[in-house]
Amino acid sequence: MFSSRSGFWPALPALILLLVFFLFPVVRMLGFSVEAGTLDWYAKALGEGLYLRVLWNTFEIALLVTLFCLLLGYPLGFLMATTTPFWATMGFIFVLLPLWTSVLVRTYAWMVLLGRNGVFNRMLMEAGITSDPIPLLHNFTGVLIGMVHVLLPYMVLPIYGAVRKVDPAIPAAAAGLGASNWRIFWRVWMPLTLNGVFAGCVLVFVLSLGFYITPALLGGGRVIMIAVLIEQQVREALNWPFAAALSAVLLAATFAVYTLAQRFTQPETAR
Amino acid sequence: MRSLHASRLLLIGFCALVYFFLMLPLLVVFPISLSSAPYMQFPPPGFSWQWYERYLDDPQWIDSTWRSLYIGGATAILALALGVPLAFSLVRGRFFGRIVVDRAALAPIIVPHIIFAVAVYGLFAKLKLIGTWYGLVIGHTVLALPFVVLVITAGLRDFDRSLEQAAEGLGASRWQTLRKITLPLLRPSLVSAGLLAFISSFDEVVVALFLAGANMTLPKKMFDNIMMEIDPTIASVSVIQILLVSVVLVLIGRFGRGLKDSAR
Amino acid sequence: MAARGGSAELLIEGVGKRFGDVVALDHVSLSVAQGELLTILGPSGSGKTTLLKVVAGFETPDGGTVKVGGTDISALPPARRDIGMVFQNYALFPHLSVKANVAFPLEMRNVAKPETERRVAEALAMVELAGYEARLPKQLSGGQQQRVALARAIVFNPRLLLLDEPFGALDRKLRETMQLEVRRLQRRLGLTTIFITHDQEEALVLSDRIAVMNKGTIQQIATTTEIYERPANDFVADFVGESNIFHGTMSAPGAVTLDGGRTLVVRSDRQAGAKVGVLMRPERFASGGTNQFAGEVIESVYLGTSFKLRLACEGGLELLVRQPARGALPAAGAKVAVGIDPEAIHVF
Repeated sequence: MFSSRSGFWPALPALILLLVFFLFPVVRMLGFSVEAGTLDWYAKALGEGLYLRVLWNTFEIALLVTLFCLLLGYPLGFLMATTTPFWATMGFIFVLLPLWTSVLVRTYAWMVLLGRNGVFNRMLMEAGITSDPIPLLHNFTGVLIGMVHVLLPYMVLPIYGAVRKVDPAIPAAAAGLGASNWRIFWRVWMPLTLNGVFAGCVLVFVLSLGFYITPALLGGGRVIMIAVLIEQQVREALNWPFAAALSAVLLAATFAVYTLAQRFTQPETAR
Repeated sequence: MRSLHASRLLLIGFCALVYFFLMLPLLVVFPISLSSAPYMQFPPPGFSWQWYERYLDDPQWIDSTWRSLYIGGATAILALALGVPLAFSLVRGRFFGRIVVDRAALAPIIVPHIIFAVAVYGLFAKLKLIGTWYGLVIGHTVLALPFVVLVITAGLRDFDRSLEQAAEGLGASRWQTLRKITLPLLRPSLVSAGLLAFISSFDEVVVALFLAGANMTLPKKMFDNIMMEIDPTIASVSVIQILLVSVVLVLIGRFGRGLKDSAR
Repeated sequence: MAARGGSAELLIEGVGKRFGDVVALDHVSLSVAQGELLTILGPSGSGKTTLLKVVAGFETPDGGTVKVGGTDISALPPARRDIGMVFQNYALFPHLSVKANVAFPLEMRNVAKPETERRVAEALAMVELAGYEARLPKQLSGGQQQRVALARAIVFNPRLLLLDEPFGALDRKLRETMQLEVRRLQRRLGLTTIFITHDQEEALVLSDRIAVMNKGTIQQIATTTEIYERPANDFVADFVGESNIFHGTMSAPGAVTLDGGRTLVVRSDRQAGAKVGVLMRPERFASGGTNQFAGEVIESVYLGTSFKLRLACEGGLELLVRQPARGALPAAGAKVAVGIDPEAIHVF
């Protein structure tokens, strides 16, 4: 179709939309943070104990979510990639169905499951394991469970892709050479699928950093992550400059992770 | 088939648990939505349609559902109208700065939604676009654009260009080739891209929280309800939403490019 | 280079094309006569496909002109060139039926419905596919797909037919049938045709004339027998058919002294002292002959109708020889003597 010499014009309408309604508002908003001509708002975001704790919270949760997603996601991706086509399809459906179910629906369900009078606590109490409800909601645990659930598919899919790319003859050869299953896994599968693991971890970590809905609902105001803090600053405190500074910090962290990730993966995936 | 070793059985057992974890929320929502109890109770004491009736009888719920549907539809159309030409440019263009355009097209999924939501909220407040349906369509189109670009560029990369050359050699103009050959052959990708754009808007919460104002979309109405009270009406709405999204996924599977292809 | 008989229907003059540092076409000129089938033969990367694309209009040359029937078409888009083309992978439209595929060029030319019906039926009958109208391309075999592609390329009476390695995907038997069929159809319709291939056997079977290409230039353009019997240079001699190629100097009129020291009696009017190439086709050796070679068999292969022998002869000469398959296949190490007459040696 479009001649190979230019072909730029069809991109123009979309670029205008992105410039006017994406780039411009974001840059404009970030500009608020230095409106006063000082970096005071950044000093506040990165210096005051209360906000430093939020940043640390965010980082810690993101890290733990990534870890748990990896622990749960690798076996799943691995199984889906090495099983029969029928079971692989079934596996896909059960990973994609939750992925495409509204985050709200899933978060709501976790509230039902984890609440004081929720399913878990009732079952535990009826079984006589505990007499008082265990706090599972509106705390660190609740946010962690909810976020791992929401982000797990983003870990499974790249790992599945990486395992699929491995020539099945390689592990078979290792087995033929007398390696145990355990050694085959660590010496063959793990190194060959590291790229997928890495991609999944980066994706989950970055998505966790900026996550809003699950911490807002399951955290119940007690577990504050940076996205929740930004929202509060804009809607409740009406403190735009501070919200902008926090956004800049979040954006910088996001880009830093992506840039580092690309640095690391480029040599291996050089095409 | 190789015999199942102990380690394999262990793997299958572990994965079964993970699947259970993944499906658990969906499994809980269904029975609650059919509960006869007057408040949240699990397992439900009996069967009743009351929460569905309450959803259907509440004009606020119905309004927000319609609003989400047409905003999703408009978003899909706009995202296709802008994203398809953009994808053509990215795959087939050879112009200066193509890499930059490529990055720009995917930026909305890299930048955290909360930042975009707050930023566009600030701008739209100035432009008096808060609470308008077209304001939301614009916001959602920005977010849907990367999906469209990803799916269509993948489709275009696999496209056999000798078919277009054949058409031109047989006397078709560029426009005729596009209309009779390229777009019909790209239809599975177009269907997938459009439906993905629709779902991404229909499910979107964060931007809607800021831009919707008093004119709620379904996700915003749900968010507010969850914030205020845990009412099983939400469960019935959830089931309806799950069913709707499933229908869309089945449509993609049937008429679109394979989900596995567009998953990445 | 004038075309044999008739007027030049297609005239390519000084066409050049570079891709970055790579010269794909280096001032290529050739002409094809009305109704002639010219094969462009060359290895991959020789520029033959680029040349075809320039003619079809999919590639813009850096210089030179392409004329069809005397008019310069260099500036025309492909759609207005009236050239039928069969692609390597057939490029059938997968979403259209056989009928819609063949009707496509007529539809683009706004041919009336009944006329379209008639011509599509005619074209499909010509390729023996009447009754397959409603099928989709993927419901056809490879050979049938190729016939559809052919019908689609000729249904609008193009000025020129281009065939881009159309038989590559077919198995040997089907390929031979299709080659003959294409040749028959091309003769019957009197279509001026350019055929691209890297398969020298196919080129010899099909063509009126062959243009051998290498590295973006035409090495030789001549009739099939001339290409085979009297190649212009090493490349052509080596690329077309099996060959024994040696280099040497004319030591006297009618005598070549090879670089290894051996002197051969040849028919050639090249001046004494001229550096020349010598070609001996393996099948031209006999037991007798003016030039005798005695050698030891290094390798022998039984090919059904013939034996193929590799001989190490005195003076370090290594010869490839084909002999009619009579008696036992000479084993490695056996002594064999062969000879060749001066008339059978080509000097270039």
